[in-house]
Amino acid sequence: MKITIVFDRIRGEEKWLVHEAKKSGHTTELIDGRLLSFEITDREAKNRFGDVVLQRCISYYRSSFLTRILENFGAYVINSSKVSDICGNKLMCSMTLAKAGVPTPRTFVALSSDSVDQTAEQVGYPVVMKPFVGSWGRMISIARDPQILDTIVELRESIPNPVEHMYYLQEFVQRPPRDIRAIVAGEEIIATIYRHAPENEWRTNVARGATTTSFRPDKELKEIVHKAAHAVGGGILGVDVMESKDGYVVHEVNNTVEFKGAQAASKTKIAKKMIDFAIRSAKN
Amino acid sequence: MIAKCEECDADITIPEDAIVGEIVQCKECSAEYEVASMSGGKVTLKPAEVAEEDWGE
Repeated sequence: MKITIVFDRIRGEEKWLVHEAKKSGHTTELIDGRLLSFEITDREAKNRFGDVVLQRCISYYRSSFLTRILENFGAYVINSSKVSDICGNKLMCSMTLAKAGVPTPRTFVALSSDSVDQTAEQVGYPVVMKPFVGSWGRMISIARDPQILDTIVELRESIPNPVEHMYYLQEFVQRPPRDIRAIVAGEEIIATIYRHAPENEWRTNVARGATTTSFRPDKELKEIVHKAAHAVGGGILGVDVMESKDGYVVHEVNNTVEFKGAQAASKTKIAKKMIDFAIRSAKN
Repeated sequence: MIAKCEECDADITIPEDAIVGEIVQCKECSAEYEVASMSGGKVTLKPAEVAEEDWGE
């Protein structure tokens, strides 16, 4: 079997994945996605990518395009473009979770700045505003009152990108100063960690300095994590969960999971579990 | 392996297990570089890309 890992930036995660893929005894190739180009009718291209491709590009658009190209050639990519399309867009992800009956924060969309004020009133202050595409907590803000909302909208309107002129709003979920990241590979929950927000920060992204501790999930959490993973199409995923006063709510499912923080807290070899899953999936 | 920081001329130690595409940082000035090539004990660096809006998980 040949395992291919496509990347555009080598992080610790990619090094661990390469190490475990080589250790599995299978042929392993690491390919820089930035250097690739294709003729879209080139049917031979699939052969270069082997039996399974692990999509690890850090750029959402590059990752999404490359996965679609490889699938078009008939390659087997983890995760699929269907999963990537859902997880890479917060609106798609929230709609998919809600439709599948996964508890998720109340989410609204205003399709221009003209309707954002009334939408925020519907949500109720404080309102969480997120970009449709993006990660690491970037550009996620809380509008605690209409004045702050107006300031955020004014800033967004000054960005010359039409996507920034539509608004994804979510209720602010009262929770402990932490959230949960569950890493899933197929039907297995590989690791569950708390991500503790750093001092003077409400966001819990490891990229923003959150610290991590491992814990054992209860039955309810396991069920919700599996339900969320199935809803988006399955694969290797990072399911983010908050502990609200009414129970668990899933606010996001990540498609190109970063697991440096989870690995620091967990004894499980996360990269090995991911590679094992990729090999099993490719055989089926 | 040792490379020179383009910004401050300090030595940057490249880890033994480094691979092409990996990011290394100058300990003196925090400039980030990507390992562009490695052969025969020689390493070349290029400035690391700045995070784009669509980067992440």
